Amino acid sequence: MKSSAVMKGMLGFYIVLFFLYLFGPLMVMSVTAFNTPSYPQALPFEGFTLQWFEKLWNHRLMMEGLLNSIIIGLGVVTISVPIGLAASIIMNQIYHRARSLFYLVTISPLLTPGVIIGISTVIFWKDAFGLTDWSKATFYKGIVLSILGQASFVSAYCLLIIMARLTRFDRAQEEAALDLGASYPQVFWHVLLPFLKPAMLSASVIAFLSSFENFNTTTFAILADKTLVTVLAGETRQGTTPALSALAVIIIAISLVGAITYELLKRREEAAAERMKERARLAERGELEQA
Amino acid sequence: MSAGVELDHVTVKFGNFTAVNDATLDIRSGEFFSFLGPSGCGKTTILRTVSGFLDPTAGSVRIGGQDMQGIGANKRPTALIFQNLALFPLMTVAENIAYGLRVRGVDKMARRKKADELLDLIALKGQGDKLVSELSGGQKQRVAIARALAVEPKVLLLDEPLSALDLKLRQHMRNELRAIQQRVGITFIYITHDQGEALTMSDRIAVMSDGVIEQVADGKMVYDKPQTPFVASFVGENNPFPGTVSKATATGAVVDTAFGPLAGLNPNGLKVGDKAILFVRPETLKLGKGAAATSFTTEVESVAFEGNMTHVFLKGAAKKNITVTVGRHGGVKMPAQGDRANVHYDEAYGLVLPEGKMARE
Amino acid sequence: MSSRALVLLVPFLVITAFWLMARYESKLGHDPTHKSYWERNGTVLGIAFIALVAFWTLFLVTLPYLYMVVESFHPRLPPAQRGGPNDFLTIAQYKSFIVSPTDGEWNWIHMGNFTYTIVVSAAVTFLNLCICYPLAYYMAQSGSAQKVRLLMLALIVPYWINEILRAFAVRLLIASKGLINQALMGSGITDVPIDFLGSNTGMWIGLSYANLLIMIFPLYNAIESLDKNQIEAARDLGAPWWKIHRDVVIPYAKPGIASGCTMVFMLAAGSLAAPLFLSGPQQRWFTMTVYDFFFQAFNWPRGSAYAFILLAACITFVMLVLKLFKVKLGEAIR
Ligand SMILES: Nc1ncnc2c1ncn2[C@@H]1O[C@H](COP(=O)(O)OP(=O)(O)OP(=O)(O)O)[C@@H](O)[C@H]1O
Ligand SMILES: [Mg+2]
Repeated sequence: MKSSAVMKGMLGFYIVLFFLYLFGPLMVMSVTAFNTPSYPQALPFEGFTLQWFEKLWNHRLMMEGLLNSIIIGLGVVTISVPIGLAASIIMNQIYHRARSLFYLVTISPLLTPGVIIGISTVIFWKDAFGLTDWSKATFYKGIVLSILGQASFVSAYCLLIIMARLTRFDRAQEEAALDLGASYPQVFWHVLLPFLKPAMLSASVIAFLSSFENFNTTTFAILADKTLVTVLAGETRQGTTPALSALAVIIIAISLVGAITYELLKRREEAAAERMKERARLAERGELEQA
Repeated sequence: MSAGVELDHVTVKFGNFTAVNDATLDIRSGEFFSFLGPSGCGKTTILRTVSGFLDPTAGSVRIGGQDMQGIGANKRPTALIFQNLALFPLMTVAENIAYGLRVRGVDKMARRKKADELLDLIALKGQGDKLVSELSGGQKQRVAIARALAVEPKVLLLDEPLSALDLKLRQHMRNELRAIQQRVGITFIYITHDQGEALTMSDRIAVMSDGVIEQVADGKMVYDKPQTPFVASFVGENNPFPGTVSKATATGAVVDTAFGPLAGLNPNGLKVGDKAILFVRPETLKLGKGAAATSFTTEVESVAFEGNMTHVFLKGAAKKNITVTVGRHGGVKMPAQGDRANVHYDEAYGLVLPEGKMARE
Repeated sequence: MSSRALVLLVPFLVITAFWLMARYESKLGHDPTHKSYWERNGTVLGIAFIALVAFWTLFLVTLPYLYMVVESFHPRLPPAQRGGPNDFLTIAQYKSFIVSPTDGEWNWIHMGNFTYTIVVSAAVTFLNLCICYPLAYYMAQSGSAQKVRLLMLALIVPYWINEILRAFAVRLLIASKGLINQALMGSGITDVPIDFLGSNTGMWIGLSYANLLIMIFPLYNAIESLDKNQIEAARDLGAPWWKIHRDVVIPYAKPGIASGCTMVFMLAAGSLAAPLFLSGPQQRWFTMTVYDFFFQAFNWPRGSAYAFILLAACITFVMLVLKLFKVKLGEAIR
């Protein structure tokens, strides 16, 4: 049994190391956001300041980039979630050989480096939008191209997420609705869509976040425009300032709040489900007594 | 309103596999009709063909005299209770019940009213706003029935609706179902592999095996006058004695079995030399000596006392035992294991059927 | 008709082939329940689904890729001459990867960059597999539900920090004025700061760090569904722990391993941020070469050719991994 204690100790040590590796850099960066020197340094801690957050707030380029990032993110969500939904439904309705071909095409953006998606998007749409002067003036823009480029692979994420839930759909539900007189479109709106709603919500969140943090595709597709991440890249290239750390702190804080909210919501949902089950058990008992 | 259902030489194939083979039936309007058969024999397939989810490979289905060819499931005057109920988990109980009305464009008030009425019928008054997941198994069951009844179908199709329930509740729901059927007065087509259910509830029963309808009759007929070895061995307990017909008259026949010549009724008019099986039910076999043509002797393997009756297991010809079920009457002395016992029966309870497939144990 | 316009035809051929295949398979009649696509979805929804999927697969996926490939077979021309007599098909761009077009010598620099990129990406992939496997196994098999949830939460938070900031964080740590060098010099191990960035150590760390979680989630998902009894049975039979992993866990987790490896490799080889901010000047990452052709040399055809070479390498690697693990694409990516 001694060896198992050693194993346990080693495991604990390893887990600590792992999380040190994962969080260490982020923590050091976070400290530099509150330290006074203009070179981001963690130690020695020369004085607490919030000036880097203020700098960030006044950073015009970053704020512009942020706005663009949000617009692009929303654009990607509006395109990708419906595409993912449509693709998962079609995938579900075709047979195996056609299905594997379809799968290959739809999944290929996930196996393609982001830079290549960005490049091909720019090359293709430059000529496609370039066909008329009007379309060139209206659509050949960084924001539009970024949405198109990102939607190419984000749609695949959405497909996978929605598909995962769709495969758990009980066909009997569909048949029950039909049997009660619903048309197929009614089945879609009344039964299938509500069932897929949670997956579509997660797909939306994932789509927005993937779009928001994307660099590889965007850096090509954004052309002369900018997003928060491309501005960030430019800043990082030029030099280092604690303002970047401040931004990281904000993102970490938002992720933390998001993750904790998600966890709490999930717990509440589980508790509610548990209550339901308890009630069902009670009803069961009552009925047995009656019978 | 109610309607009858006719199956006219219906065959359903999945690829090369024939799930239903040339089924012809006439289910009367207002009847409680059951399909009884072992798992995988094609019961669900027949039901899905009637409700319109499957198209027959050959033959036709008529409901109320009207051919259903080309009429989709959502246009047929049938409602189906699914094997797993298929209630909509994201809707409340009332919404579930009123769903059929919602898709027919009935307004909200009228829907609610109808739902309340039906909730009353299924003894769930005032529970319309609950979620389905809050209900017990039996309650879910009744909601599924109410949901199907809400659209006022002419035929209600039920696919093993009680199989998920607790045994005790199942007994209770049998009566409930039968009562509901009598109240609403529409045709019920009921599927089950539980013969108790089929026998107690149905006006008539179709016994199926491997896609073929073996016999259609009321419960008493199916039990007393089975037409095939399958029905004889599937419904209730039975003792088969295979052999060859050695004597045949208009009403009776004698079969040369491993225990010598034994006599029984001959409803199928078998002739001398035909391969046949004589069936005698355990409760009609009696211990003790009888006439030569209806008695035999064999060794006692074991005796099982069950309170209201006792099963005596006798050594049969093949591996299978012969069962004699003895009721609680004083006179007979129970044999012990290893004894030799005389067994006899009344010729009217012996049934000679042509050789054929039997039910698996 | 120009070759660029011909590209348009290819996807339509594919679609036609796909449509015929779907028709044929549904006609085979596996299933008498089968309703036609239009019956099952209605006209309006049916058209909407097809339009959405067609837009995606045609205009966002296949056409841009094909177009890029076609571009790579063209010479570099000023816009005015595009489509003119000088715009012929050529493999010059691919040749330039092997033989430098300026001096006719072997193009060691670019081939070297490419090889370096592939080798380092593979190494980083393997490194991450080793780092993540124990934790994934622990979370999936031995941790209590409560603990696993907490660990999951801890993993998800840093997942959403973007690549740039992660590279930045690593850089702060290992820069010459960074915490690690401070510590090393403070303790007297070295007198001058170690140049982690110049030696590309920073980039290795950055690549591994950025893709850590990409590896752990597929591994976790794969191992989680393994029945605990199997491991216990193996332990009962007296198998030492490493044998349990070799014979039970790893074979079972194959799809997860394949999935994690392909994703990490692809993301590492295609990575731009870590090389941009964490690499030294002497050995460049291949994506940076591609990047420069677009933004500095403005040579799109050559950039496209290089991008295609990178893509081909990634596809080859994915195929290789799937072959090696005998996993189907559908199992690896879900
Ligand atoms: N879609 C299908 N494709 C191929 N074979 C099928 C399909 N549906 C049913 N079958 C086969 O047809 C046979 C009859 O199935 P069916 O569901 O009608 O049986 P059942 O009598 O309802 O059985 P159970 O009591 O288990 O519900 C089975 O052998 C089944 O495997
Ligand atoms: Mg069935």
